[in-house]
Amino acid sequence: MEAVHDHGHDHAHHPTGLMRWVTTTNHKDIGTMYLWFSFAMLLTGGLLAMGIRLELLQPGMQYWKPEFFNQLTTMHGLIMVFGAIMPAFVGFANWQVPMMIGAPDMAFARMNNFSFWLLPPAALLLVVSFFVPGGATGAGWTLYAPLSVQQGMGMDMAIFAVHIMGASSIMGSINIITTILNMRAPGMTLMKMPLFVWTWLITAYLLIAVMPVLAGAVTMLLTDRHFDTHFFNAAGGGDPVLYQHVFWFFGHPEVYIMILPAFGIVSQVIPAFARKPLFGYSSMVYATASIAILSFIVWAHHMFTVGMPAAGQLFFMYATMLIAVPTGVKVFNWIATMWKGSMTFETPMLFSVGFLFVFTMGGFTGLILAITPVDIQLQDTYYVVAHFHYVLVAGSLFAIFAGIYFWLPKWTGHMYDETLGKVHFWLSIIFFNLTFFVMHFLGLAGMPRRIPDYAQQFADFNLIASLGAFGFGLTQLLFLYVVVKCIKGGEKAPAKPWEGADSLEWTLPSPAPYHSFETPPIVK
Amino acid sequence: MNSENARTLRKLAVVAVAMFGFGFALVPFYKKICEVTGLNDLQKPDTVVNTQVDASRTVVLELDANTRNELPWEFRPTERSVKVHPGQLVQITYEVRNDSDEAVTGQAIPSYGPRLAEQYFRKLDCFCFAKQELKPREVRRMPVTFVVHPDLPADVATVTLSYTFFRVEGPTKPAAARSNLGGRPAS
Repeated sequence: MEAVHDHGHDHAHHPTGLMRWVTTTNHKDIGTMYLWFSFAMLLTGGLLAMGIRLELLQPGMQYWKPEFFNQLTTMHGLIMVFGAIMPAFVGFANWQVPMMIGAPDMAFARMNNFSFWLLPPAALLLVVSFFVPGGATGAGWTLYAPLSVQQGMGMDMAIFAVHIMGASSIMGSINIITTILNMRAPGMTLMKMPLFVWTWLITAYLLIAVMPVLAGAVTMLLTDRHFDTHFFNAAGGGDPVLYQHVFWFFGHPEVYIMILPAFGIVSQVIPAFARKPLFGYSSMVYATASIAILSFIVWAHHMFTVGMPAAGQLFFMYATMLIAVPTGVKVFNWIATMWKGSMTFETPMLFSVGFLFVFTMGGFTGLILAITPVDIQLQDTYYVVAHFHYVLVAGSLFAIFAGIYFWLPKWTGHMYDETLGKVHFWLSIIFFNLTFFVMHFLGLAGMPRRIPDYAQQFADFNLIASLGAFGFGLTQLLFLYVVVKCIKGGEKAPAKPWEGADSLEWTLPSPAPYHSFETPPIVK
Repeated sequence: MNSENARTLRKLAVVAVAMFGFGFALVPFYKKICEVTGLNDLQKPDTVVNTQVDASRTVVLELDANTRNELPWEFRPTERSVKVHPGQLVQITYEVRNDSDEAVTGQAIPSYGPRLAEQYFRKLDCFCFAKQELKPREVRRMPVTFVVHPDLPADVATVTLSYTFFRVEGPTKPAAARSNLGGRPAS
């Protein structure tokens, strides 16, 4: 391996101040920027969610015009998916993957810088689109044709933002795969890699396979809008349903892109705090790969109501249910890891166990929605909203919180405030359930999603959901406070603050030095 | 950047580019699937196997006509509604007139109310199977020949058959047409 050469010279003269961040090629700097960017987007998307819940606090139209409400739901989805969740995981990958496999940096350090700096312009396009004539796109985060073919220039800005973020993700993924495949420390075979690295390897392959398909879909939208093509226009011989197929061919693997790294983080945290090695390591790897492969053949379960033949509905129903098997393997392995472990419940573990409870509930509602006849009833109701927030907020976001608390001592060199971390967890999980649990009932009773008003009988549950949402939003400011406090100071963190943690990053001092593993460690 | 990494980069970049192409390949693939499975075939004649007329039952067929995309055409059915027996071969006529001084091409798309009626509606001949080009000021009468299949559920007594003519090409900028289709006005 050539991991050792050529790094000595840049100790002396890297830029300081703002230019350090603009020009940096250091994986730790870039990881930090990804995470802060993601947090800024979390607050932005969260603010839009507050706008949604404000309007839904009471029946009737109070604050927004319906078209602005549509813009809120659309932008909330786009910003959270492409701005908050995905960059957060890339941030983790940047920080952790080189340290966990004993590499000095990412494979393509300059491209790494470029992948990050594509994101702020994309985010700017999305946010600024609120202020252009006609406002932001209101076509839903899925940007379904034909509505997305008709809207104003906010739609074009969203399309360009998706293009840019897609390019960023693809470059990031190429970087991650190359790093993992070519730059592991001697002795670190694939099956010795920490599970977080495994999940990211598979996720990166998924990203390379499907982000270009999304880019294709939105390119077709763009040419339909401006260059007289008729991909999705029935009058020109096109078909709007085609858009849904192309989109969900991307969209379903995308939901696993947003959850597999979360599985990876949880698979690092639970063994550390159960003080036992991960149960069933190889089955975890195979389960992750199975989920990734199956994710390519289930996309049409998002579109059971478009009028597909019964044979198609049955195929997609059974294929979807099949995914529950590898996912179940994972959940059982996590539980088996905790079984008879000497567990302690520091904040990362609390978030991981919370993840396990609440994500599993989201998984089960997913199984219910996979049943075609049930889905036809529940399509586009709040039941679906409840389902995907259980897997995306309580799944991905809680795992992100777990990972942040888990690795903050390594990143900052300080222990975070354990009491405040626990308060953050308990407030988050209570407010989360307050917000989204009641949405199951709303959906079962028939309340449609993406509508700014509702019938009187839904008022009580909506009031609860809105209050929960405001609480959840405010709680995340506490998280900001805990993180800033930890960066500024706090108890000095030892190299290995968690007794049961055993991957390579814990052999480095805390905070991790700017350049680590320039001499690769030997893994036995 | 060592050569090992560069090789991996090239391979992965090829995959990414190929998948971008795959997205577009889905378009003809989707058309082919629809063709093979007979889904979504609005523009092909149906074949009718059973022409047993059920004279005991009468279905009211309401006819409707619309134009979109600023199509300068006058488009209407010659009769507002007809009574048909399931299984009976029926012909109705639509009339279209080009009010403009230029040749315009349009394509009609049928829709049905209730929607489930679509599958019981077997069209042997329809102007909607092809694009219609009308010369300046031309008037054209166009037939639709169809059979309502006797399997039409008994509770369906009235079916609305609606055609919408879309402009296929022409001097009007699609951007202008779009604002007519529901794009929000710039306020």
